[in-house]
Amino acid sequence: MAASSAPIAPVAAPADARRGLMSALTAHSSLRVLEHDLLVFRRGWRSYMMSGLSQPFLYLLSMGIGLGLYVNRNGGAPGGVPYLNYIAPALLVTQAMMAAAFESAWPIMSKIAWEKTYLAALNTPIGATSLLAGDIMWIAFRAVLLSVLFFVVILAFGAVSSPLAVLAIPVAVLTALSFAAPIIAFTATQKTDQSFNMLFRFGITPLFLFSGTFFPIEKLPLFIQPLAWVTPLYHGVSLARGFSLGQVDPVADLIHVAVLAGFVVVGLFVARITFRRRLEL
Amino acid sequence: MPDETSTTDAVIHARGLKKCFGEFTAVDGVDFDVAPGEAFGFLGPNGAGKTSTMRMIGCVSPVTAGTLTVFGLDPAHDGARIRSRLGVVPQADTLDNELSVLENLLVYGRYFGLPWSESRRRATELLDFVQLTDRAKDQVEPLSGGMKRRLVIARALINEPALLLLDEPTTGLDPQARHLLWDRLYRLKQRGVTLCLTTHYMDEAEQLCDRLVVMDKAKIVAGGSPRQLIEQYVTREVLELRFNRGEGETDDGAHLDGQLDGLADRIEQLPDRLLVYTADGDATAAAAFERGLRPASILVRRSTLEDVFLRLTGRSLVE
Repeated sequence: MAASSAPIAPVAAPADARRGLMSALTAHSSLRVLEHDLLVFRRGWRSYMMSGLSQPFLYLLSMGIGLGLYVNRNGGAPGGVPYLNYIAPALLVTQAMMAAAFESAWPIMSKIAWEKTYLAALNTPIGATSLLAGDIMWIAFRAVLLSVLFFVVILAFGAVSSPLAVLAIPVAVLTALSFAAPIIAFTATQKTDQSFNMLFRFGITPLFLFSGTFFPIEKLPLFIQPLAWVTPLYHGVSLARGFSLGQVDPVADLIHVAVLAGFVVVGLFVARITFRRRLEL
Repeated sequence: MPDETSTTDAVIHARGLKKCFGEFTAVDGVDFDVAPGEAFGFLGPNGAGKTSTMRMIGCVSPVTAGTLTVFGLDPAHDGARIRSRLGVVPQADTLDNELSVLENLLVYGRYFGLPWSESRRRATELLDFVQLTDRAKDQVEPLSGGMKRRLVIARALINEPALLLLDEPTTGLDPQARHLLWDRLYRLKQRGVTLCLTTHYMDEAEQLCDRLVVMDKAKIVAGGSPRQLIEQYVTREVLELRFNRGEGETDDGAHLDGQLDGLADRIEQLPDRLLVYTADGDATAAAAFERGLRPASILVRRSTLEDVFLRLTGRSLVE
């Protein structure tokens, strides 16, 4: 039970040892945050897995096969690729992106401002940076799970043209994080969730529709195309599609990865600042 | 005012402690020390700076200026180390509604770096301590306010803290729930846990605190044991007089025409009644009656910290 012996014993550890201890503690405590999320997940994982399988099934059935019937009748996607094979990797990436964007908005807002579970965690040795790191890992974990499930469904539809297609999974996770990091940074600056609806209505949903997911961005009006280049989803979709169709272009692919990684790194950097500003005042 | 010599073994030591949020000064240079095993209280109305002070002690809010040490350590550099030995009961429950009662404790133990087995052992023990064993598997949401508070206290004890910080531990609870909570806190104190709490209830401060400071408008205006404060600032008894006045009229005492002159140490005028501070309430009441005063009701009671607060600030604690 509660300590009865030696209630105070100031420890004068050497500065170096202390710093070492602290960094070890930080590395550890972010895992504890992830552990918490997994414990919560334990309750709902079955329904999560079910929707993780049924969503891709419905999408591929309706758009890939249904809509594909008409597209293929007119020569298929660019390069004569069957439409199903064309949109399957793109849908995989967008699904991971949508889920991660959602996870970075409302649930994080709740932990900060509604249920305030972050505040409870901050009363332990865990700091704001560990909370951020733990929940980013959690979002990455869910992105892996969703992408693997999606990929399984794609395989079941026989919609891959190359063994490289499996690389669509890490691409989807990277893309998910390229959205999660900046959105979490944004969430930590918000007092209410009003802005999230705007974010999804004017940001996430248009990106989902116009980032080369369903048709090449070259079909967009010229003045809009540069917009697609600066958003991460276009790069994720291009990468995943390239791998899935077995078309690798090392230079272009490196640029795609660099853009995605750039969003993650800058997003995390800003998120660390906004998290600390919000939670350690 | 705190004794300078007691600083070496103080669990909490603060000098000129200050907290500003932009232009606003929430805590304006307060001095206090909390000794090991002591139950120390911050008494004051909402907005007095109690919570800001507690958050600085809890190492979740950086100190703006002044000195603060907890366990002899500096929160700015050893925040995580200090927090590992603190138990914190925040004003809001901050329980995790997605987890069960038991899981809330388990996860919290993990946050403190406990192995699962140890976390489980302590969680089971603590649920017993706060009388929630039969709710272990339940969700948090349907629990009553008192139960949630007890769960938060159990959660705060999972790391076996040497110092327990409680921010308004019983605000919003019914009397029965409050007494149960006070009993648990008293037992913790018996075990040697240092308690540091804020409250705007004078009865809570009197029940729990060995020593307290009265805060008002970001400053400490007085300090001492409840008894010392009452002796120093008010008389032993209070005679409360109510007069029938017209609707909406406040009792400014003008109608008394000095009829109480010489009978009391001090008279305080509240909107609905007069507080007459005197050593012997019954004698004063009798004397007032002899002088022809006919109040609608008379009450003689012991002075409380509420009276001390009124004396010091001219305002009531709970408005």
